[in-house]
Amino acid sequence: MNGPAQIVIEDVCHYYRPPVGREVLALENISLEVREREFLALLGPSGCGKSTLLYLIGGFLPTETGKILVDGKPVRGPGPDRGIVFQHFALFPWKTVRKNVLYGLERQSLPRAEREARAQAFIDLVGLTGFEDSYPSQLSGGMKQRTAIARTLAFDPRTLLMDEPFGALDAQTRSLMQAELLSIWEKTRKTVIFVTHDVHEAVYLAERVAVMSARPGRIKTIVETRFDKTDPEVHRTKAFVDKVEEVWSLVREEAIKAQQKKSP
Amino acid sequence: MTDAGATDAKAAKAISPGKIPELMKPLLRYAPLLILALAWEASSRLGLVSSLALPPLSEVAAAWVDLARSGELESAAAASLYRGGAGLALAVIVGGALGIGMASWRPLNLMLGPLVELFYPMPKSALIPVTVLWLGFGDGSKILLIFLGCMLPVTIGAYNGARGSDRLLMWSARSMGASRLRMIWDVVMPSALPEMLNGVRTALALSFILLVSSELIAARQGLGYLIGSLGADGSYEAMFAVVLTVAMLGFIADRVYLAVVARAMRWRQ
Repeated sequence: MNGPAQIVIEDVCHYYRPPVGREVLALENISLEVREREFLALLGPSGCGKSTLLYLIGGFLPTETGKILVDGKPVRGPGPDRGIVFQHFALFPWKTVRKNVLYGLERQSLPRAEREARAQAFIDLVGLTGFEDSYPSQLSGGMKQRTAIARTLAFDPRTLLMDEPFGALDAQTRSLMQAELLSIWEKTRKTVIFVTHDVHEAVYLAERVAVMSARPGRIKTIVETRFDKTDPEVHRTKAFVDKVEEVWSLVREEAIKAQQKKSP
Repeated sequence: MTDAGATDAKAAKAISPGKIPELMKPLLRYAPLLILALAWEASSRLGLVSSLALPPLSEVAAAWVDLARSGELESAAAASLYRGGAGLALAVIVGGALGIGMASWRPLNLMLGPLVELFYPMPKSALIPVTVLWLGFGDGSKILLIFLGCMLPVTIGAYNGARGSDRLLMWSARSMGASRLRMIWDVVMPSALPEMLNGVRTALALSFILLVSSELIAARQGLGYLIGSLGADGSYEAMFAVVLTVAMLGFIADRVYLAVVARAMRWRQ
């Protein structure tokens, strides 16, 4: 179903350097392959470095040891082949919904009419028709995140990096957005790396879940989580419930370790 | 219980600060000005102060009309506004670019930081003789003075604003294909704008101070020069008329500033 490896991570370590105090090993010997068109979740307790790993893939932080290859080439910085969606949306507050979605398209050499049409198509896709001229401050959390997703999809990156994108939303909005993301993924078939600490979300959305250990972050194990996502009752099937329980027990150990480290 | 609640509400209403009928607002706003004008007129008419020290407001108004009819006031105002506008525009452009540059590029900050700290607290009026020495009595020395005097508040505002830019917004722009320079223009500059505009307001007030004082000391035209020469001639009514004109121009400039800010900050609701 999935193609060859699109993103290859080999022996990556990363140190976090606080402004004061000693440097902290955030990621230790991470090796991971993400296949083309795959939906992979990075799951782990808070502070395990899963977002840091995503930022390294995005090229926002420099890779210091090890290497990260995207389509065979080492990552040298951010680029429009890897779109990113952040937990707190990171919309340009001084731009309207339409201008936000147009931003990535304006960096490409497309005729104006085509840019406008593409932007409108993605605004429609995420259900924000009629809010094109609103500013982010006038939108709800869910609408802001829809705008951010439309903005990232619009410039057509091959890979979608998602950093706990639904973490700031209320439970109802979150489950709606999860279903929508899946249907968008079915349509566009991009490679997705999805960072979350929510076990249910990871098992539901992803095809594979990479479970990370508490700091220093390592890939503890990778669990296959393929289910028939078109089945609205998939949450209640025994296979699904068992899988959630299995992944939960893996994460629970790490969460406890992370807790113990915080209170020595 | 309910009675007590009702009285409380009534009492709160009586002292509530926000309950002024719409029609009363302009009256309340301009009443102090009106009282001041009447007090001015009365005190010199009644001989409370010498009419040499404070000519009656009505005579000042008459002198203003004469000055405006002769065209003297307009040409002086045009000269002053040109100098002030050019100096301030240069200060905003160069100062803003410098502040954003210092926030975005460490070597520039290391090089220029101490210079900014050294010159910021210096009283800029001390530069009046210096700029005259360099550029003479004309427009150039005034524009240079206002540019130098007004630049640093804008620089510091832009620098602080730019330093507060959201890292994730910068990353977003970069990941959508913006170059570093493009990202600075599209993200850092708008992020810096609110604080930079605070600096511009300080600069605006400073520009009037520097403009009038430099024209008083070393100029052959302009509003400051007119105040000085009318005062030296003993035409105190006309002198007061020009002083009031400067005050009014300052007020209008501040209103224009506020309108520009409101437009630029529309997205903040």
